Parts: sequence; structure tokens; C-alpha cells
Amino acid sequence: MSDLFPVRLEAARATRRGRTLVGPVDLELDGAGTTVVIGPNGAGKTTFLRMLHGTARLGGGRIRWNCTTEEARHHQCFVFQQPVMLRRTVMQNLIYPLRMRGMSRGEAEDRARRWAARVGLGSMLTRQAPVLSGGERQKLALARAMITEPKLLFLDEPCASLDGRAMREIEEILQEARAGGMRLILSTHDMGQARRLADEVLFLLHGWLHDRGAGPEFFTQPATPQARAFLNGDIVE
Amino acid sequence: MVDIWSGLVQAAWLVGTLDAELLEIALRSLKVTLSALIIASLIALPLAALLAVRRFRFRRTVIAVLNALMGLPPVVVGLVVYVLLSRSGPLGVLGLLFTPTAMVIAQVVIIVPLIASIAHQSIRDLWQEYHDLLISMNVTQGQKIRTLLWDSRRALLTAALAGFGRGIGEVGAIMIVGGNIDHATRVLTTAIALETGKGNFALALALGFVLIALAIAVNLAIHALSRTEREGRW
Amino acid sequence: MKHLILSLALIACSGAALAAETMKMAVTTSFHNSGLADVLLPRIAADLDLEVQLLVVGTGQAIRLGEAGDVDAILVHSRGAEETFVAAGNGTHRREIMYNDFVFIGPESDPADIAGAPSATEALQRIAAAEAPFVSRGDDSGTHKKELSLWDDAGQDPATLHDWYKPVGAGMGAALNTAAGMGAYIMSDRASWLNFGNKGDLALLFSGDAVLFNQYAYLPVNPEKHGHVKHDLAMKLENWLVSDTAKGLIDGYTIDGETLFVFNAKAAD
Repeated sequence: MSDLFPVRLEAARATRRGRTLVGPVDLELDGAGTTVVIGPNGAGKTTFLRMLHGTARLGGGRIRWNCTTEEARHHQCFVFQQPVMLRRTVMQNLIYPLRMRGMSRGEAEDRARRWAARVGLGSMLTRQAPVLSGGERQKLALARAMITEPKLLFLDEPCASLDGRAMREIEEILQEARAGGMRLILSTHDMGQARRLADEVLFLLHGWLHDRGAGPEFFTQPATPQARAFLNGDIVE
Repeated sequence: MVDIWSGLVQAAWLVGTLDAELLEIALRSLKVTLSALIIASLIALPLAALLAVRRFRFRRTVIAVLNALMGLPPVVVGLVVYVLLSRSGPLGVLGLLFTPTAMVIAQVVIIVPLIASIAHQSIRDLWQEYHDLLISMNVTQGQKIRTLLWDSRRALLTAALAGFGRGIGEVGAIMIVGGNIDHATRVLTTAIALETGKGNFALALALGFVLIALAIAVNLAIHALSRTEREGRW
Repeated sequence: MKHLILSLALIACSGAALAAETMKMAVTTSFHNSGLADVLLPRIAADLDLEVQLLVVGTGQAIRLGEAGDVDAILVHSRGAEETFVAAGNGTHRREIMYNDFVFIGPESDPADIAGAPSATEALQRIAAAEAPFVSRGDDSGTHKKELSLWDDAGQDPATLHDWYKPVGAGMGAALNTAAGMGAYIMSDRASWLNFGNKGDLALLFSGDAVLFNQYAYLPVNPEKHGHVKHDLAMKLENWLVSDTAKGLIDGYTIDGETLFVFNAKAAD
């Protein structure tokens, strides 16, 4: 089975009712490390991630994976900004993606227990997911996304409403996953987080890919005035 | 008032002495309506789920029609089913007229729109919630439907019970297609109609009270049974 | 939830099939309300090993069922309609079985004073003159058709009567209920009246005029038109209905000591 990467975006555009939300974007991404997408509100970060994932409609251009789009979809997972909890227990949420792929119940439950422990929800397996706190939900969503061991994980502002401790726990899990070979593409508002996690930065502005750079350099020597202003904390229009 | 009181007394007497005729028609009422409920649910629930998740051009029209069909007068359904099942009609060779099966068929036609409409709304609400997640997980259409049906099962149960209520109290359609034949197709509601027509109000009321009690008992039983799950509130 | 579904399925599947010989007969509500069926049917089952399933409907619907072949025979009391039925090939023949009579019912106070009327026609004329409320079956049944013919004899056209003449489009029991509820006059067959449980203020005010006699006839549905009808069973039942056993039961049937029906079947066809 071939690898997903490199993935090429060729003049890819996400549109909605005739309006272009993101793009056209020309980009090539390789298969290692963590890519962080930053930009002001309304820049199109979420849409960009969805476009890559395939859940936002392509209004023009192409996205070419190294394998078929089918296979690519199969090995990706997405963690939403507002995590969606199935109205079931924590355990049932975790085994859901595995069961949908045909894994046996016993095996799925074993894996679920391991992942629950890993994200710190080990004692809450029989709790109803919708009653979990914000941080717990985010961790559950993360575990549920990673339980199928995807090759590529998208995260849309994964720590937006979390306190410091929860954020640290999640970032640890992400770093572990990255070390284990998982490709991460995430968007964030938190520049500190971006600095901590990014191997590569994509700066989006008005739906365009305005700037791109390797992790550390982007923050110390931003290439464009807008990027500089943004990192400075100014409002960029 | 005398009639209501003597109706209650008579009801108690009939039930207390396990009156054979009462048992017969009560059991038949239950069988007909429960069978109709099961069949109607098997049709209506997947239909409701399909309508909720699939986008097709006439979706809004279909949903509007389904909602409107809830108001279909049962006696009209009875007439249509009668014409279809009559010996002179297209399905006459099946010989189903004036049998409990014909009554089940008529009741299925009446309660499917009701169950489907109520279920559809609940499933649609849940689909709004699950939409992004299930699409992202790339589950198949069948898996989507099964997930939605299972997770909204409490609301679906309510829809089914609404259908049961409509069916157990129905008299117009089953009178026509069943014929209210003694020992064959007579049920509680048609017996009530018969006794009312004869002027035996007290007996009619008695049967009515038994019917109400039966409906309550069934609802209680269903609620009790469905709590064999240890899940709790969802 | 799975337990629930299983239980429901089990209940629905319980049911046994009976294997006695059965036939379906449409009878009118007036016949059924008399209660005579409860006397005849068990005896028929015992003597002929035949379960007769009765569909109790109005005359119009009974004839419709016969025309459609949904029943094997009909027992009605509307000569004109019966003869049309046979002439149109829907029935093989008509066999007179018995007759009962119609009576006039009204409020005990009898505002139109029909109790002393010399004839049925005169009684109706008095009701019309007094414009006293009168409930009509209005449902094209045998009883209704009889009532219309009597109004005709009395020189009245029901279509022109308003306000006090109230066609309800219902069966005998329902019509009697309505009459009781509004204290109106009504024409009923004696059997339905005697068996009626909600008499209230009503009383039997007029009867006995020969014109009020009501003939019941038995018509088997034509097997040539509907091959599936159980013609042999229908004939078996007919032979029983004209037998001495039936005569005894019919003539001997009483409510509160009053006989209702007079057996008048002839031996030959």
C-alpha cells in the first residue's frame, strides 16, 4: 500500500455558492512532521483543512495524493473545533470507528481501553460522552481520531477552549504521535502552541496562502510584512 | 353520569371475571395493532432515516406529503383497501378481505405516515449533530442510517407509541375491511361501535374503559422493557 | 431494546388457524339487532358443521358486497333491490324466509297523536301536519326504502320536507339513539326496538297495519359470476333456513314474551 504523500494541490479552490472561500492554492506537502496553519479569523483555516480532507467541496483545481483519493480518505482523521460526541458512552465512542471498519468487538474494546488510558480517560469508559467537560471531550475526540491509527491527522483549533493543563496533555499526545510517524496538520490561534509544535508553518490570509516557512525560521524571521504584523499581534486585514 | 358509573362497574366485572368474549376481542385488538405496529415501524423508521440523510430533488415535497398523510381519514383508507382487496378488485384472489390480515394492512397504511413523520424530525435533528463526524469518518450510507436509528431510539419509541395509540383506537378502516365479524374480526373498537349502535351505552363505555386500560398497560410494559438496557438517559 | 422487539414479535405471531367450514353472509343491521342470529347460528353450526360469518351492514352495502362477490349469500328485506339483484345476474334466486313488522316509535307525549291513527299512512300525515321531529334512516337501507314508500302513500315527498324531517344516514340503533336524544318520531323494525337499550322517553305508539310487514329473503350469490363463492354451502344453509327446525326456532323466538318474526318460507323453490 503506497504512502499518501507527497500531496499536491494544483490551483485548488474551495467554493461555496459561487464564492471562493480558499484558493487557488498551489502547494506540495511531504509526509513528515507537523504543519501548523495560522492566520487571522476568517482567513479560511478551517476550510483549508477541510478541503485537504475532502469534506469541503473543491470548486476548482485538483488535489493529488500519492495514492488514490479513496485510500487517502481511509487513512485520515479529523478532529473538529467543537468535538462531536456520539450519544453513547466513552467506550462506545472509541470503538465506533473501529467497528465501522469491521473490527471485532473484543479487539476494538481492547484498543479502546489502551487509548482511553493514554489520554487519561481510563476511568470514564462507562460515562455518557455528552456529559463530559470541554477538555475531556477534546481528549475523547482526539483518542477517537487516533484509534484507527491514521497516517494523517487534521486538527482544527484543538485547544481553543482548554485550560493550560489540558492543553499540555494534548500537546504531549500530539508530540508522541508525531514521533511515532503520524503526519499532523493543525490550525491554531495560539502562537505559543504554533511555535511549540510546528515543523512547518502555513500562513493564510483572505483565503490565500500568503506565506510559508519552516518552523523556527518563520517565527524569528517572517518573510512578509503581513506575517510580521500578525506575529506581532497586530490586526491584519 | 349513570352510564359512566355503570360502565366502570361493568368494566370491572368483565375484567374481574375474565369474561371470555372480552378476552377474545381484547386479544385480537392487541394482535392486530401490535402486528401493524411492527410492520409499520419496519417500513417507517428506515424510510424516515433515508429521508433525513439523503438529498434528492423532491425531498421537501415527499416530507410535506408524509406530514399531510398523517391527517388521512382512516375510513377513507379503509375504503381504498376494501376496493383493492375485494373479490372484484385487483388483489381479490388473495382472499384477504374480512380477515384480521386485512385489518393489519389497513392499520399499517394509517400509521406509517405518523411514525415516519415524527421519527424523521428526530432523526434529522440528530443528523445535524452527527453530520460532520460521520462524513469525515467515511461511513457508508447503511452505517449512517443504522447509527442514527440506534442513537435516536428513545425518540423513535415515542413515535412508535404514537402509532400504537392511533391504531388501537381506530375503528373506521377496520370496520370496513374487517367486517366486524363475531369471533373472527371483531375487536374492542368495533365492538364499542356495535354496542353504541344498539343503544347499550353502559356496555360500550365498559369496553371503552377496558381499551384505555389496555393501552396504558401496553405503554407501561414497553417503557419497562426498554429499560433493560443499563445505559441510562440516552 | 432487543428484548422489546422480540416480545412484540412473539405476541404478533401467536395465532391458530381454525379448520371448520365457513361461509360469509351479509345481513342487515335490523336482522342482527333482533338477536335472532345468536339463536340460529349455534344451531346451524351444530346441525351442518358450518360456521356462518355474518357481516352486519346496511342493505345497500350488503347488496354491494354480493355484487362484488365478497360474500357467499345475503339476507335482506328490500324486494325491489332484491329483484334487481337477481335480474342483474348477481344472485341465483330469492327465497323468502320470514317476515317481521315495522312500528312507529315516538315521544311518550305523542304530540302528533299518532297512537289513535287508523292507518300507517294517516299516522305519517299527522306527523307531517304537526311538523313533529321525525328521524329517518336516510341510508338507502331496506327500512329506509320502506319508510320512503309509506311517505309516498301519505302523499308526501321526503325530499321536500325540511327542518323537522331529519335523515341521519345511519343504522337502526344509531338512528334510534338520535331519536331518543331529540325526542323525535321514528320508524323502526320491532326487533331492533325491543332490543334497543337506550329508550329514554320513547315509546311504541303505532303498529299492526298490514302495510308495515317486512319480508326477509335469502339470496345466494351467483357462482357463475364469481366462481369462488361457496355455492354448495350457501345452498346447504338455504335448505336449513326453510326447514322445520328453522321454523321452530324463528317462530319461537321472543323478546320479553313478544314474538318478532313469522316464518313464511315455502317448501318448493
